[in-house]
Amino acid sequence: MKFTLSWLKDHLDTTASVEEIAEALTDLGLEVESVENPLDALKDFTLGKVRSAEKHPDADKLRVCLVETDEGDKQIICGAPNARAGITVVVAKPGMYIPGIDTTIQVGKIRGVESHGMMCSEREMQLSDEHEGIIELPSGEVGERFIDWLAEHDPARVDPVIEIAITPNRPDALGVRGIARDLAARGLGRLKQQEIEPVAGEFASPIGVTIDASLKQKGCPLFAGRLIRGVRNGPSPDWLQKRLRAIGLRPISALVDITNFFTYDQNRPLHVFDADKVEGSLRIHPAKGGEEFLALDEKTYRLEPGMMAISDAKGIESLAGIMGGEQSGVTGETVNVFVESAYWDPVTIAATGRRLKINSDARYRFERGVDPAFTLPGLEAATRMILDLCGGAASEVVLDGAVPDTDRAYRLDTDRVQRLVGMEIAADEQRRTLEALGFRIEDGMAQVPSWRPDVQGASDLVEEVARVASLTRLQGKPMARARVGVPAPILTPMQIRERDARRTCAALGYNECVTYSFIDAASAALFGGGGAATRLDNPISSEMSHMRPDLLPGLLQAAARNQARGFADLALFEVGPAFHGGEPEEQHLQVTGLLVGHTGPKDVHGSRRPVDVFDAKADAEAVLAAIGAPAKVQILRGARAWWHPGRSGMICLGPKKVLGVFGEVHPKVLREMDVKGPAMAFTIWPEEVPVPRRATTTRPALNASDLQPVDRDFAFVVDAGVEALALLNAAQGADKELIDSVRVFDEFSGEKAEAQMGAGKKSLAISVRLQPTGKTLTEKEIEAVAAKIVQKVNAATGGVLRS
Amino acid sequence: MDDLRQKYLDAVAGATDESALEDIRVQAMGKQGEVALKMRELGKMTPDERQTAGPALNKLKDEITSAIAAKKSALADAALDERLRHEWLDVTLPGRPRPQGTIHPVSQVTDEVGAIFADMGFAVAEGPQIESDWFNFDALNIPPEHPTRTEMDTFYMHRDPGDDRPPHVLRTHTSPVQIRAMAKHGAPLRVIAPGRVYRADYDQTHTPMFHQIEGLALDRDLSMANLKWVLEEFFSAFFGTGVRTRLRASHFPFTEPSAEVDIQCSWEGGMVKVGEGDDWLEVLGSGMVHPKVLSAAGVDPDQWQGFAFGMGIDRLAMLKYGIPDLRAFFDSDLRWLRHYGFPALDVPTLHGGVNR
Repeated sequence: MKFTLSWLKDHLDTTASVEEIAEALTDLGLEVESVENPLDALKDFTLGKVRSAEKHPDADKLRVCLVETDEGDKQIICGAPNARAGITVVVAKPGMYIPGIDTTIQVGKIRGVESHGMMCSEREMQLSDEHEGIIELPSGEVGERFIDWLAEHDPARVDPVIEIAITPNRPDALGVRGIARDLAARGLGRLKQQEIEPVAGEFASPIGVTIDASLKQKGCPLFAGRLIRGVRNGPSPDWLQKRLRAIGLRPISALVDITNFFTYDQNRPLHVFDADKVEGSLRIHPAKGGEEFLALDEKTYRLEPGMMAISDAKGIESLAGIMGGEQSGVTGETVNVFVESAYWDPVTIAATGRRLKINSDARYRFERGVDPAFTLPGLEAATRMILDLCGGAASEVVLDGAVPDTDRAYRLDTDRVQRLVGMEIAADEQRRTLEALGFRIEDGMAQVPSWRPDVQGASDLVEEVARVASLTRLQGKPMARARVGVPAPILTPMQIRERDARRTCAALGYNECVTYSFIDAASAALFGGGGAATRLDNPISSEMSHMRPDLLPGLLQAAARNQARGFADLALFEVGPAFHGGEPEEQHLQVTGLLVGHTGPKDVHGSRRPVDVFDAKADAEAVLAAIGAPAKVQILRGARAWWHPGRSGMICLGPKKVLGVFGEVHPKVLREMDVKGPAMAFTIWPEEVPVPRRATTTRPALNASDLQPVDRDFAFVVDAGVEALALLNAAQGADKELIDSVRVFDEFSGEKAEAQMGAGKKSLAISVRLQPTGKTLTEKEIEAVAAKIVQKVNAATGGVLRS
Repeated sequence: MDDLRQKYLDAVAGATDESALEDIRVQAMGKQGEVALKMRELGKMTPDERQTAGPALNKLKDEITSAIAAKKSALADAALDERLRHEWLDVTLPGRPRPQGTIHPVSQVTDEVGAIFADMGFAVAEGPQIESDWFNFDALNIPPEHPTRTEMDTFYMHRDPGDDRPPHVLRTHTSPVQIRAMAKHGAPLRVIAPGRVYRADYDQTHTPMFHQIEGLALDRDLSMANLKWVLEEFFSAFFGTGVRTRLRASHFPFTEPSAEVDIQCSWEGGMVKVGEGDDWLEVLGSGMVHPKVLSAAGVDPDQWQGFAFGMGIDRLAMLKYGIPDLRAFFDSDLRWLRHYGFPALDVPTLHGGVNR
């Protein structure tokens, strides 16, 4: 919402400066976005008097002028045809910036003669396009500031323009008068009285109006209008054009400019029909659906059933409250005009506007709510202005419906206001504030003015009082602790898990990414998503059309971007939500890590190697350990389709309880996502990890034997398909008392192994640690356990000791 | 006897390796050694003579023994020194590379904010990101036709034909978590709710996803003055310097009265500095929770009152750590992650500080 200072002063009697006004507006909740003050650029220009003007010795069109200024007489070379002795001019001295030519004036020689300044034209000062000659003022003293002269003699020329942001609850501030009312309540002046005299009709309007019964209750409670005969619709007067231009509107014709004036002056949108193009009477009705309508924006709209329209005998002439029709619009030739002033229901207007995607000034205002009580006064004021500016004779007012009842009152609890705001505001001051804003206070009840549709309860009164009292003045008051003493921990077990998983990943060398929650359909489909349930109805681009089913595609895209930038060795991770459906509860937490390329840059120690599945597995296990997962897990095959079928495993507590997955990403997925592979990854589902039942911080006693443990190594020849875990479990089971731990320390497979041990065979070597408890083990006892291990492994895997 | 001592001490001093020392030891104190022979002569002496010669001989024996031990260790040291002289490495070579992981600024700042509010008794609440329009709008006093709905650039989820429920939305703010927390825990209540939010907007300064943190405090008599204090305490702790705030009247459907909050700052050469100067920077929206919102969440507005606020986490990170471009937060450029990221063990705590 834009307006000028002088426009504001039509409604507000004030001596406040534009700075004071701007500060108050922002504090009142009408946030100032900009103040354009032409005076700022002109403040250094002063008046001077030309004493003499002689022809330049070397140039026919130039004159050498002697100009009297506040700094004495100055010689200035000037090319303006009107530069002559005796005129009062505007002088720019050396060092000053001239906005219209974007130049700072210097002392210089023009054709060999020194010039100490410049006499300015209007264009050079950006006051107008006038550049025929330099400014000649009819009055003014030498040395007087030009802006002071302007402020006194031609204030409209230097009218500051203020632009404010309007929150949706303040339709009244979409009119200059509403803004003036707020400022008056704040004490920045007095709201001027507004008397609107009805214009007596001279004849009956030949155009009648009716509202369909179905719309009277809600859509259009009141529609009024009148015919004005014999108008001249020329350009509007200078003052009106200047105002509209100042706020960024293009003057069109007197009639259109008048409607725009009331839109901004009073937040009262009006519509004018060329009465000669209207056949019969006007009817406000719901559209049947399918009607086509050419609107003033020269676009054709197809109406849906129920949309409100205004029709005459020929058809639809206006999209009620949103935009008029091209067919019946006024033109320069219009002589008979029908002026409409109606009250439209905000919800109905918003719905239609949204469906048709029309963002008009009228829609913007009606959907926020104009003052219904001003419907008829607005029509009268507009009639008066049309008669004044365009001549003609007005008919009687025709109307259907009635002003909707906005009568309501809420109790003003002045104590509660202070309790909520935490500021002392005297009860009298609270009442005065509300009255200044147009409320009527009776018996402690505040009657809401018709222009404040947003005030719907006692708490809205608090807001009014608080904002006028100024929240800027509010002093902070300590909030007591919820409980005395040391604050209790606040994170939930899952929040702690999330934090620990994140920081573990970073500690393992991964860089945390935050990628978008939505990805393209094709990538989503690669990871089991991309269905209708997780599709956005209005995505911002096709790259962001579906909620991600998994964190891996986002990380793979990040990897591809980094590879394209020349970074090939990547360890990226993300902790965040993935979406397995479109309902609020269909969201789960994932921790995903991605490894691409090598373990590090080439180095002198030769430690660089390509990342592999077991890097991902170790990291997955480290994260699981960090979030308290049980140490004993199963590794099962059968991970989802985006994993390499042979090089991936699920970390499980039983076949149904998958805590995580790790492995190589399927090469086909990498190809489709333009990632140079291979790529290793893991995903952990922290919510799947059971919460340990722990009632005490006490740990079980440490059982550390004084007897030395015994290590024995075994190498088994097994079928190549035998998994190490099966062998380990078998060995571990050989003696639950004595065997402390079993580790695999070597795998020998491939061609060389088969050459030694036979086709389809490999060797697995394990190290078993025996921990005696009561006494030192004899060689015989050790041999007995070893034999049992060999036998168990053989029974479970068919493995035999390698000879 | 003195001659004997001198002879052996000289011999020890002159020995050049361990076997020479062993020879000397045998020569002196072996069974047939000179000292041993002297010891044997003690038996032939008178008791008086023995009184003086015995201790003297023992002393001589100890002296030679320790001289040999000292020389042995000196020889070993010399040998070691000699070996070490050849064991030279170019220690300017780099160590074995270790990957350096990092924490994203959004996570770090979320933890920082959490640590500060935890001290003031605020727990962390969470809610879904695909949200029903009731939680995202209606419960927050934003009825279906309210202009706020369009102004928020809401993302809507697909609805199958025949499913007549209003479409779900991607939450446009963290405020629906207020409703969920109140409905679950009632009052009194103090929670913050950080998380991803979504708006259909993408340009220099907007991304379709960003992060907010919501705050909510309910009690019998909390006021806007308490809100201002809490925010000033928060900003001062967060930025590590005293930060003044300014509340300005504004409008949010879910608070009444509502205020935008500015923090004190200065602008120098295009860089903003928080906590100094005379300018103001708008950083959050806040207000007293609207009675209708309390009612929607099952809290009696006649019994309880409180404040709520919401601010951008990404924005806080940009301000605090001088990060220029919001869009880069979500681009995962390795150079950016390393430059603006934080070490894993930089866990923000109040006793260790929240300023890195």
